Amino acid sequence: METILEVRNLSKTYASGFQALKSVNLSIRRGEMFALLGPNGAGKTTLINIVCGIVRASEGSVLADGLDIAKDYRRVRAAIGLVPQELHTDMFETVWDTVKFSRGLFGKPPNQEYLERVLSDLSLSDKKKSKIMTLSGGMKRRVLIAKALSHEPSILFLDEPTAGVDVELRRSMWEMVRKLRERGVTIILTTHYIEEAEEMADRVGVINKGELVLVEDKHVLMQRMGKKQLRVELKSPLAALPASLNGGRALTLEPDGKSLLYTYDTQSDDTGIPSLLADLGKSGIEIRDLSTQQSSLEEIFVSLVRSGS
Amino acid sequence: MNLHAVRAIYKFEMARTFRTLMQSIASPVLSTSLYFIVFGSAIGSRMADIDGVSYGAFIVPGLMMLSILTESISNASFGIYMPRFSGTIYEVLSAPISVLEILLGYVGAAASKSILLGTIILATARLFVPFTIEHPLWMLGFLILTSVSFSLFGFIIGIWADGFEKLQIVPMMVVMPLTFLGGSFYSISMLPPLWQKIALFNPVVYLVSGFRWSFYGTSDVSVSVSLMMTLVFLSLSSVAVWWIFKTGYRLKA
Repeated sequence: METILEVRNLSKTYASGFQALKSVNLSIRRGEMFALLGPNGAGKTTLINIVCGIVRASEGSVLADGLDIAKDYRRVRAAIGLVPQELHTDMFETVWDTVKFSRGLFGKPPNQEYLERVLSDLSLSDKKKSKIMTLSGGMKRRVLIAKALSHEPSILFLDEPTAGVDVELRRSMWEMVRKLRERGVTIILTTHYIEEAEEMADRVGVINKGELVLVEDKHVLMQRMGKKQLRVELKSPLAALPASLNGGRALTLEPDGKSLLYTYDTQSDDTGIPSLLADLGKSGIEIRDLSTQQSSLEEIFVSLVRSGS
Repeated sequence: MNLHAVRAIYKFEMARTFRTLMQSIASPVLSTSLYFIVFGSAIGSRMADIDGVSYGAFIVPGLMMLSILTESISNASFGIYMPRFSGTIYEVLSAPISVLEILLGYVGAAASKSILLGTIILATARLFVPFTIEHPLWMLGFLILTSVSFSLFGFIIGIWADGFEKLQIVPMMVVMPLTFLGGSFYSISMLPPLWQKIALFNPVVYLVSGFRWSFYGTSDVSVSVSLMMTLVFLSLSSVAVWWIFKTGYRLKA
């Protein structure tokens, strides 16, 4: 797939001496939804802010659509929309005035019809004439999204867009993000809600302490790094795990004695399931039911960040 | 050129002025009117003419200059400080807009407000004291040049300031005293010889003098020197702004 954003050896050291990014390389594909995950202070926002022109890189370069973000800043920035993490708004302005301002600022001629549609998609039409200071936090977040979309960007950065937003609003926001992706907008998001990345993203990047730990297709990542668990429900509870079953297996007995949990590697040639079932039969332990469970992206993320620290 | 952006910033800033009409226009007009009533009509009627000009008329250019300087700085510094304070500056920094376009928007709006204010004060002054303008085009030229220069200076202060107090320090603690001591209410020639020499280190002397010349054809210093000093100030402010954007000082980490 064609690359729309190319980050090359990007480093950032702030005046305080804090190194926020360490030679980061990253390619974003046109039309994909890319989730950038990382703990607080990992460098996610710094990376986004450099691409958007808010922070200056110490080293390295960024190309958007083949254009250097510094040399061709006009064309590059006109194509990029940013929803910042913080709720930065002109509180004395009305919703309509602020989205009109954003569109003009990004060099687009007035287009009432388009802006009305953006507000409508974000359920902001009835707040059009309201001053931003009168809106709730969730509504302000929507206004920021409307502002970012006001100039019809082809690349959209969403820096923790659902932070502090209630569940219903979050769902409608993601619905809109899905629609944007269907229209061909490339979306790069950071989020604390990893289940969102799991549900929405095509690819996932994990950044920790300024270093990009990995970039992987979400499904491949979950398959590659995810562990599966086999739950064996027993007909009769056991008081303890029989020694005949405990031969180097990742097998545990649940506290109530009614289930066994076996963790295995999906990528391994021998998952160990057939031999476990055979040993259970030999031991005369009768099985009531079997089920498997895949580990979540969150568990993978936590293990990656832990191993990096 | 991103004219849509220039227009967006300009309109946004002008809208703020009209939203805060009392603070932006009415308040300086009222305080200037009070100056005219006290110094122009009440005390001025008992004072001798200066260089053949009645005292009430003599202080018109100085009072206009006082308002233009303080309001230019105040408007421009507030205009850029507020987005920095509220965080909305992220949008301007991430927009496809050049330094010149940013300045045309912010400084252009601040200068426009000052010119508008100056014109209103001029009209207000006419209600209190009769005066003439010998060189109206020069008067307009000085008005525009001073408004632009000090709006640019205010823009610099708005970027330098890291709190509301600092925003007020320069206009209140530096510009206002310099304007009062810069010949707004008297001619420099009325000072003792030593103070006349010291006064020449005050840049506002040149602004007031040039501006007064455009009204009455008399000045404390040569009009060409006044013009040159104003242009020097404009150039210095422009260089400072260029440096700010080149280094990202207080704008970009």
